[in-house]
Amino acid sequence: MSAGETFAFWVLAILTVGGAIGMLLSRKAVHSALWIALTMVSLAVLYLINAAPFLSMVQIIVYTGAVMMLFLFVLMLIGVDAADSLVETIKGQRLAAVLVGIGFGLLLLAGVGGLTVNEVKGLDAATSQAGGNLQAVAQLIFGRYVLAFEVTSALLITAAVGAIVYTHRERLVGKPTQAMISRARFTSVTAPRSPMPAPGVFANHNAVDTPALLPDGSPALDSVPAPFQVEEARTFTTADGRVITAVYPEGDDK
Amino acid sequence: MSVPFGLDPGWLILLKSLVIFVFLVLVTLFTIWLERRVVARMQMRIGPNRVGPFGLVQGLADGVKLALKQDIIPALADRSVFILAPIISATTCFIAFAVIPLGPTVSIFGTWTNLQLTDFPVAVLFILAIASIGIYGIVLAGWSSGSTYPLLGALRSSAQMISYEIAMGLSLVAVFLYAGSMSTSEIVSAQQNVWYVVLLLPSFLIYTTSMVGETNRAPFDLPEAEGELVGGFHTEYSSLKFALFFLAEYINMVTVSALATTLFLGGWRAPAPISTVWAGANSGWWPLAWFVAKLFAFIFVFIWLRGTLPRLRYDQFMKFGWKVLIPVSLVWIVIVATARALRQSANVDSSSLLVVVGVILTILVVLSFVLDAMISRRMPREIEPEPEFDAFAGGFPVPPLPGQKLPTPAASAQTISSTEGDSRG
Repeated sequence: MSAGETFAFWVLAILTVGGAIGMLLSRKAVHSALWIALTMVSLAVLYLINAAPFLSMVQIIVYTGAVMMLFLFVLMLIGVDAADSLVETIKGQRLAAVLVGIGFGLLLLAGVGGLTVNEVKGLDAATSQAGGNLQAVAQLIFGRYVLAFEVTSALLITAAVGAIVYTHRERLVGKPTQAMISRARFTSVTAPRSPMPAPGVFANHNAVDTPALLPDGSPALDSVPAPFQVEEARTFTTADGRVITAVYPEGDDK
Repeated sequence: MSVPFGLDPGWLILLKSLVIFVFLVLVTLFTIWLERRVVARMQMRIGPNRVGPFGLVQGLADGVKLALKQDIIPALADRSVFILAPIISATTCFIAFAVIPLGPTVSIFGTWTNLQLTDFPVAVLFILAIASIGIYGIVLAGWSSGSTYPLLGALRSSAQMISYEIAMGLSLVAVFLYAGSMSTSEIVSAQQNVWYVVLLLPSFLIYTTSMVGETNRAPFDLPEAEGELVGGFHTEYSSLKFALFFLAEYINMVTVSALATTLFLGGWRAPAPISTVWAGANSGWWPLAWFVAKLFAFIFVFIWLRGTLPRLRYDQFMKFGWKVLIPVSLVWIVIVATARALRQSANVDSSSLLVVVGVILTILVVLSFVLDAMISRRMPREIEPEPEFDAFAGGFPVPPLPGQKLPTPAASAQTISSTEGDSRG
């Protein structure tokens, strides 16, 4: 290894391993995701300086850009404070994980050990016949492994289509247009014609789950968006010291 | 004269990096000024004209003001990620410019070198990869702010960038097929005779549309839709951290324009009438001028769009990306690949290929007319009207069979008033 390569290796090695350790030690799930993104990017740079530019770019675009981003989306949307459950959901999962881990370690050892025994050719020598790294990868994917490649892509497409089919719901009634909604609102007797009242502002409450007050001092229950209409009674204090109690009728399927 | 990449002396690499950095910052300052002046002109105003000649230094003055503002970190924010997010955004946008060829081989202090920091066989993929890391800045900014609007803005923004990155990547495939390379300098040299905007016009149109979506600019600036989301992902940011996001947005605009110039407009090559009249137009430092001119042509279009078009609705925008841009580019890739394969392996030249395709299309058109005539003669004129489809026949919800139409919702006004009456629900 040249001096520059050695320097790059040590910097990247620290970043890669540090990212992996950080992922294990982080309390927050999003921080863990960020640490593992760091590991992935460092690995991509390692591939790049080891004459595998295509693998490096694919690593970043697919793993960092798509897979980790999907993870981040899920973590952000379903709430990240949920505590980890230690219950084994799939029976024998831990044992299987340990076995597969040991197997992978053995494979890795065999691979690295083989390097010390056999003479190393180098990636450049291996790909020079095809005219470069990119061309060599293309020849293998679309030449020798074309069947495996096509089968894999068929599998992925099947999975995507399957997910769409499972989440698809057939529409029973056509979609109402804006004009129809408006007409229905104004011909209906019960639906309000004006926009809904805004949530209230009190001395010690200022949030969307606080109902506004009607002229007679009772809470306007409609002013609270449906997701915040909790079943238990809530009390609020107005600026002049009155206490307001908001109770939503049970079984109101809003 | 051509020089291989990766052999520059260390001082030259540092110099080039510094020049690219300064170039991008200056272009950003100038673009901000240009945008304010041009949009002002389009809206019958004058725009900033006080600081410096023609108000040119207004951007710098605003930058100084921005930097001196109070830096607020919300109490609910995740501090480390909140600080990290603008840094990711700002650094990644500079990195992407490293592979853009600004000109041919020139002599800098006696050393012959390419006017490009570096290049490698997957340079265009490198730009896509860096762009996908840049999305992290936006997503993390939205999440770490600990507030609703930034989170919604970040989700919109990243969904938008990821969707339009697909269309963008697909539009590049045709260029790769024609150039036979993914390296930016080789793509430029492959356009010696004809620019790809002429050969691959559909790809160019798809790319330019998706680059506006990719940079979150009007009319696709939904993540910053101020009427709905305040400022989008950067609502909670202030002072220098906001400035970094602002800088990143403008540099991203410059980068996608530079990539469009490189891939479709011949990069640093002189426009057609100049290069035929003047032989020296494509050597020395002149190409830098052509490159910058093309770059600013794109930036002007960005500004023009912002001054002209209203913002799209989010669902329309997503529908356009997934149901129009992506399928159209897929079909176009198949056409381009088939034509290439026929010309290369079957030795069919393009004129005979066009003739064959034309003949096949004509036969198909004639056949469809003949079939239509035959069917209409055989079928009786009067078709019995089908009974209207009832989605709740027998009291159970039943999806329509193929050929049956959904009833209009006006027929079931009761359903609407109960579900849509409470629009907050």
